[in-house]
Amino acid sequence: MKSKKLALLAFTITSFFSTGVMADDVDSSFVLKRIQERGVINMGHRESSVPFSYIGKEGKPMGYSIDLCHKIINQIKEVTGKKDLKINYVPVTSQTRIALMSNGTIDIECGSTTNNLTRQNQVDYLPITFITGAKLVSKKGSGISKIEDLDGKIMGLPLGSNTEKIIRGIAKKKGLKIKYIMTKDHPQAWLTLESGRIDAYAADGVLLYGLISKAKKPDDFQVTDKFLSYDPYGIMVPHDDSTYRRLGNVVLADMMRSGEILKVYDKWFNPGPTGINMPISNRLKMAFELQALPH
Amino acid sequence: MNYNWNWGILVTDPYLAWIFSGLGWTLLVALSAWLIAFSLGSVIGIMRTADNPMLRTIGAIYVEIFRNIPLLVQMFLWYFIFPELLPQEAGMWVKRGIPMPEFWTAVICLGTYTASRVAEQVRAGINAISQGQRQAAKAIGLSPAQVYRYVLLPISYRTIIPPMTSEFLGIFKNSSLALTIGVLELTAQTRQIEEYTFQGFEAFTAATILYIFVTFMVMFIMMKVEKKVSIPGMTSLGAK
Amino acid sequence: MFENFDYQVVIDSIPFLWEGMKLTFLLTFLAIAGGLFLGVLLALARLSNIKVLSFAAASYVNFFRSMPLILVIFWFYFLVPYIVGRPVGGFYSVLVAFTLFEAAYYCEIMRAGIQSVKQGQLQAGQALGLSYMQNMRYVVLPQAFRNMTPILLTQAVILFQDTSLVYVVGLHDFLVNAEIVASRDNRLIEMFTTVAVVYFVLCLSFSLSIRSLQRKFSV
Repeated sequence: MKSKKLALLAFTITSFFSTGVMADDVDSSFVLKRIQERGVINMGHRESSVPFSYIGKEGKPMGYSIDLCHKIINQIKEVTGKKDLKINYVPVTSQTRIALMSNGTIDIECGSTTNNLTRQNQVDYLPITFITGAKLVSKKGSGISKIEDLDGKIMGLPLGSNTEKIIRGIAKKKGLKIKYIMTKDHPQAWLTLESGRIDAYAADGVLLYGLISKAKKPDDFQVTDKFLSYDPYGIMVPHDDSTYRRLGNVVLADMMRSGEILKVYDKWFNPGPTGINMPISNRLKMAFELQALPH
Repeated sequence: MNYNWNWGILVTDPYLAWIFSGLGWTLLVALSAWLIAFSLGSVIGIMRTADNPMLRTIGAIYVEIFRNIPLLVQMFLWYFIFPELLPQEAGMWVKRGIPMPEFWTAVICLGTYTASRVAEQVRAGINAISQGQRQAAKAIGLSPAQVYRYVLLPISYRTIIPPMTSEFLGIFKNSSLALTIGVLELTAQTRQIEEYTFQGFEAFTAATILYIFVTFMVMFIMMKVEKKVSIPGMTSLGAK
Repeated sequence: MFENFDYQVVIDSIPFLWEGMKLTFLLTFLAIAGGLFLGVLLALARLSNIKVLSFAAASYVNFFRSMPLILVIFWFYFLVPYIVGRPVGGFYSVLVAFTLFEAAYYCEIMRAGIQSVKQGQLQAGQALGLSYMQNMRYVVLPQAFRNMTPILLTQAVILFQDTSLVYVVGLHDFLVNAEIVASRDNRLIEMFTTVAVVYFVLCLSFSLSIRSLQRKFSV
């Protein structure tokens, strides 16, 4: 008990000039308090969201979002005075992530989740760490370069997704007659495209490039240029805990200001361990600059 | 719990319509698959009790193949592998030519899978009848077909009503796997609503209640059937 | 489609798949043991002459049979932490859900089995002066078990395959791990074919060994 107090004191002194969340603030955050009491942080992660959050060959979660989360967890260790804080990895899916955050099973979700206003009714988000949007992938030579080319054709959409909502809306507005096939997940959608059941598939651009990089014949496929939707990704945190959220905001803003986040980006995307080969877009670079709030 | 409840979402347009459309597909997939499962399963089950070893072997092979591979994997095999084994044109027709290829694939897959389980129930029912019945039937000069028609099947189908009810219920519940190949049945629609509104708990509650409702209807009907057809004195403890 | 089947991805994932297989085995074994025990008790309760007991057992069975297993697991996992105020380990959560669920099915199978034992047997037992419990223990249940072995076996095989539903609570059995590799490496055909073969071989050898045991002990 005494050593814990001493550690807290030492920490308070060293961080005296910092504007971040401090040890004193732990009591005002129910998430930090429960992390401190348990000595464990429960990190939600995806299993095959390459290269954001996935199970690597060694069976451990890794990826761009995971790396960013580790930075935040380091800060949580400081603030809670738990140098030996244990990380408990909890796999989540797009169906379970909200429920698990609501019932307190996970303290932070490090995946590839779009930050949108409807979701903010249930959870909060840290600053935008990636920007993508829906694009179309098709076989080369199919003559599909924009959504209008799909009139009278069959198209795959990810079951229960933001993309589905947007594409249906666009097609309706333009009066396109498209037959839709709902697909369970991206790899299965890829197989429906490869086997000729569908003429094109729509999903977040970055995921499509990831799929192509793993295809057996990557050169056989093409992706349209234009984004059909705006999907900013963010790390998800529990609702209504502004102290905890601010801790994450400070860590990410610091990384954006110092340019450290660009290094993490390059590690995973340029070219990245999975060969996705996506240099940073101007839009994301600009987003990092805009979100690098001063102290 | 750190969750904003909003039960109103369930009766909001278009979500209410989605739920009922999902329920409709669940019923359609399950009932169509049950037609296959019951008829094919009965044939296979009877084959497994036949005197002819050839028929017994065919029945056994069928059951072993279809019950020993997880349904989810069978769904995948029917949808993605089966068309590739056909000549190219026929494969293309299966993939794109027929209306609603997902639906038919799901029905055939679920039907043939459940048939293997129905077959086991039918076989167990027939085998539970003492040899004396079969011998007595033969002794009074009934042909093999007549032995089944007038003696074995009427008794065995009555005995296996409880486990057959389980199989019938199972087909409704297993129909949710049709979503993996794109049939928008009840579970798929709930996921859809969850993703659109982020009110997952409400949507799952609705699905749970509807599944319970459907299966209680089925159980009620089967209980009536069981009572109606039971033969006094046939069972040790009476049908309850 | 099969011309460039990627064997390497299957070979590389063997250790990962084996990790999952261990959970599959463990969960199947525990849930069958717990489910059978509870199931026999339920079946006896359901067939007993005490109205309350038989009604309670029937309600239990009907309730669990009417729920898809995946929803049982879902509600257990998401609502129990809410009730007890802290996260519950995924493993115990699914183990309880599986056991309660399987018990309902075993109960129905046993009920059919018990009813398939002819009334004469029971009356003969009574005539010999056996009590209800003795009659069940020495006359009815041994015969019922023999009649129902094939169905119990089918149910065990189903459970063995159903353990993949643990993905809901973030656990990894054999099938879940295979799907993770399939998605991560975009090698669905390879992984699903492997899974089909592995399940088929395992379940078949299991069925065959039970059947030879059954032949040994049949009356």
